[in-house]
Amino acid sequence: MPANKKNLVVLGAGTAGTMVVNKLRKKLKKDEWNITIVDSSTAHHYQPGFLFLPFGTYSADDIVKPKRKFLPNGVDFRVAEIEKVLPEENQVLLANGEKLPYDQLVIASGTTPRPDQTEGMDGPQFHDTVHEFYSFEGSKALGEKLKDWPGGKLVIHITEMPIKCPVAPLEFTFLADDFFKQKGMRDKVEITYVTPLDGAFTKPVASAALGSMLSDRDVAVEPDFIIERVDDGKIVSYDEREIPFDLLVTVPLNMGADFVAASGLGDELNYVPVNKQNFLSDKYDNIFAIGDASNIPASKAGSVAHFAVDLFAENFVSHIAGEEMVHFFDGHANCFIESGDGKGMLIDFNYDTQPLPGKYPLPGVGPFSLLEESRVNHQGKMFFKWMYWNLLLKGRPLPVPALMSMAGKQEPKELETTEV
Amino acid sequence: MTTATIAGADVQVDDEGFLTDSTEWTEEIGKQLAENIGIELTDRHWEMLRFIRDDYAANGVTPGTRRVNASGGFPTKEQFELFPKKPQKKSAYVAGVPKPAGCV
Repeated sequence: MPANKKNLVVLGAGTAGTMVVNKLRKKLKKDEWNITIVDSSTAHHYQPGFLFLPFGTYSADDIVKPKRKFLPNGVDFRVAEIEKVLPEENQVLLANGEKLPYDQLVIASGTTPRPDQTEGMDGPQFHDTVHEFYSFEGSKALGEKLKDWPGGKLVIHITEMPIKCPVAPLEFTFLADDFFKQKGMRDKVEITYVTPLDGAFTKPVASAALGSMLSDRDVAVEPDFIIERVDDGKIVSYDEREIPFDLLVTVPLNMGADFVAASGLGDELNYVPVNKQNFLSDKYDNIFAIGDASNIPASKAGSVAHFAVDLFAENFVSHIAGEEMVHFFDGHANCFIESGDGKGMLIDFNYDTQPLPGKYPLPGVGPFSLLEESRVNHQGKMFFKWMYWNLLLKGRPLPVPALMSMAGKQEPKELETTEV
Repeated sequence: MTTATIAGADVQVDDEGFLTDSTEWTEEIGKQLAENIGIELTDRHWEMLRFIRDDYAANGVTPGTRRVNASGGFPTKEQFELFPKKPQKKSAYVAGVPKPAGCV
């Protein structure tokens, strides 16, 4: 038995961190490597469920389970606040003063909505007329609000990119439209979609498709809106546009963990700059950041984390053996987009290829249609919850490849251009 | 991608007129690009453009509004005054760096 066991410390036991320890516990010998995972919370949230909670589709039981249940044997789970990483000492300082030494560190502390970062957003109106659905508490509070909301001006708003699950505000809009139709009160609700982007989405072909889905649903779009503050019953942009609301559903600024900044490891939004193909820190060759915590230019989403972890686990084994990492991540993401009325869409894309129409995962067959509404897509999204809890978190294989494929996709004819 | 003649120089531009090779940029080109979108460049404009170009050269990514504020020292309000309505897109255009990705 080796005299000194090495320590792998993983910060964050969310989607990415949980998958990392499940994959690596199988790959690293127990008599050579200790694995410790640190998180301040014992509850694992199925975050895609936050979208459905406000409309009563899911209950709290569907989307909250104990983290420990998804962590393998042979992994030490520490419930603690992280003060900071001391990268020069190869130690993690916990808030209780304890230090955890590491040989390799994986930062998987995700991204968090921060209403405190916009003037007036988390004031007295918060959880009254100003809501968000990116946290369990926020999503529950919004559900309570919607139960007996009499209608009026509903403003759905994105503060700043990047945000976790960039399609979620669109899905919320489609589901809200459907929700009010079902309640027979759609005519009492005026919906405006306010975005800092110049259209419905970041990528041109999908933006056009999603934009027309908004206009079909009588949703007004206010693009290029950079918020300065939330006032009493209105949001105000830096170029002095004002949009009044009776109910604001905002996506607050998303930021990485504060300990990342305190450790000197973050950019201006507390994301860790890493190599976008293998997630190794730009500064330290024994620190990785994976999932939403890194600055890679991909969607901040569980699907990206999942594809990323598949490659990362292989690479990590090479890295600790002093070998080159030979697997390169391509930024692959795929997202179901709920569109209401029991239908959904699916998009599949990566760093270089925008979402295009076609079939997935089998070319020409599907069963899922890309960038097109169908009932099968909606069923896929509903079934995904089972896959998440039973396969994905535990690092079991899913029936889709890690890297994106062009098979089954249609090339765009010509991309629209916009004015400067 | 096409070739355009800006301020007497042949440069590569994309569909929207953004320079595709930031090293082809000169101050003369910057002046012309600013004129194209109706902006008269003051010293403060030049300071912001220099920050954006230096940051892009160092990191390979066009800095966003928040970074231009936090690292460059140009408050968001001022960015809007210098490059009205769409400061990120307009300043990138004039500075000869890629259109900000807006992320995904």
